[in-house]
Amino acid sequence: MRRGVWRDGAILLAVAVVLLLLPKAYSNQMLLFQLMVYLALSQGVNILYGFTGYLPFGYVGFFGIGAYGASLAMLDLHFAPLLGILAGAVVALLLGLLLSPLLRLSGAYFAIASLAASQAVYLVIANPSLQNITYGPYGIQLPNQFNPIASYYTMVVVLLLAVGVVLYIRRSRFGMALQAMRDDPVSAAMSGVPVVRERIAAWLISAALAGVVGGVFAWQTSVFYPDAVFTLSISIFAIVFALFGGVGTLLGPMFGTVVLFGMYNMIGISDPQYFQLIYGLLIVALVIFLPDGVASLLRKKGIHVL
Amino acid sequence: MLYALVAGILFGLYYALISLGLNLSFGVLRMVNLAHGDFVMIGGFTAVVLYSSWHVHPLVSLVLGAAAVFVVGIALYYLLVPRIATTKDPEMISLVLFFGLSQVIEALAVIHFGNNEQSIFDPVFGTQPVSLLGQSLPAVWLVSGLVSLVALALVYLYLYRSRLGYSTRAVMASREEAEVSGINLHRVSAIAFGIGLGLAAAAGALAPFMLGGITPDIGTGLTTTAFAVIVLGSLGNPMGTIAGGLIYGIALMLMQTYLPSWASLLPYVLLLLVLLVRPSGLFGRQVRSA
Repeated sequence: MRRGVWRDGAILLAVAVVLLLLPKAYSNQMLLFQLMVYLALSQGVNILYGFTGYLPFGYVGFFGIGAYGASLAMLDLHFAPLLGILAGAVVALLLGLLLSPLLRLSGAYFAIASLAASQAVYLVIANPSLQNITYGPYGIQLPNQFNPIASYYTMVVVLLLAVGVVLYIRRSRFGMALQAMRDDPVSAAMSGVPVVRERIAAWLISAALAGVVGGVFAWQTSVFYPDAVFTLSISIFAIVFALFGGVGTLLGPMFGTVVLFGMYNMIGISDPQYFQLIYGLLIVALVIFLPDGVASLLRKKGIHVL
Repeated sequence: MLYALVAGILFGLYYALISLGLNLSFGVLRMVNLAHGDFVMIGGFTAVVLYSSWHVHPLVSLVLGAAAVFVVGIALYYLLVPRIATTKDPEMISLVLFFGLSQVIEALAVIHFGNNEQSIFDPVFGTQPVSLLGQSLPAVWLVSGLVSLVALALVYLYLYRSRLGYSTRAVMASREEAEVSGINLHRVSAIAFGIGLGLAAAAGALAPFMLGGITPDIGTGLTTTAFAVIVLGSLGNPMGTIAGGLIYGIALMLMQTYLPSWASLLPYVLLLLVLLVRPSGLFGRQVRSA
């Protein structure tokens, strides 16, 4: 146990050092920022899907509402950016609480219901009738807050937080309870695990994480349309990255994100339809040939994946 | 009000046609085909292209498109489904798989047809409005309603009056028991999957008239709508889909009459409400677990 704590600390330190040094080695900070966004979101998916078995297809809803919560707090309430991001996280948390009855559904029902919920939130926010409150379909502009350097380092902190949470979950009673529930909810309940409470806790943690990431994203981008923060492809990317690496581990989703995100950016986004074609084919190939992720390959060889 | 009701019933039948295939393949495979809406789109483009190149009547394209997609569906089934059926969590993995498939189809459609909306503008079904219950409606709405009814009746006959249909319903009720009683699971499932996609393509041939036009990106929205409709009528019960479609169609028409700017929210809100209040649908067995 003691050694485990040291090892977790070492991992966090290593991730921090890499993230802080990366901008010096690679000048495209925008790309690095996006990479971190997906690293954090895929950990959010990992917390929910990897540890509880609930696949949140509408995960982007929390990201979007976080971006909007933060932006509106900065615009209308004149919050400082960090405080605004916190407000975004709170809004995402509240949305998670509101949607927590969805967890009563199982399997595909949950996945599709969460997708519908995220689209419903999007349509409400982008609705022209609410233009006075949400700025409707014309999006958000935060020219006064624009600060790419500060938002970059905020994102580093958020990502470290996400990694820390996953490390904690892997180690704690809480995480053990989640995994027991995922594998057999009835037996877990019989052994005294408060199934509903623990599951909602994981759901809220994952929602708040996406909300924070959305808020930092809004700060970094500072000009965006509603469809940019609610596009389904954000959910799907996060899910695919996490699945590719292997959910239920810490390094799996990180590996998946770095490899696939890197690959997508090499394909280039100059021709969106070819990009879409290749990434669609990649998803199909991934699911057919490697449904349990890269981590499963290593595990078959007897290597323990952290 | 009466107009909204009558139009709602016709659109409801049409939405039932769009959704029925999704329910059929879900009932048999226990997988949600997220690419369902993209096959509606394929059917639509088939009708548009056949009409603009050779003036093929859309109702003929409907049959041709449905037949072609049926064959494609069976091939796709054997290519994809058996491979993921053995994984740890096939229900979830299939969502990701079919999402990938829908991206591929959508991208190919954009590459081939471009992003612009395409439709059939000639009055193939006549310009004369028809009168129904004292309301005058575009003739094509009535045609679509009738075509949907015919297709739904054919599916009913298949499921309840043919040998293969009996097997299909047996698989829907219980995969394991159907398999041990000697039913060829893959054959039945592949045919049901093919029929499901064929129905989607058939609905697509009427989409230029009923939905106003075809763009490559209509798939995702249609899939969600179809999912809302089949959940309303209860999953795994193909005939409940008709009721789901009617409720959806009428609700849609009422929304468009009284609250037009919020009409696009309808399928999502309806879906959430039904799932939370009565997840087995209006006519279904229990499905909620955990």
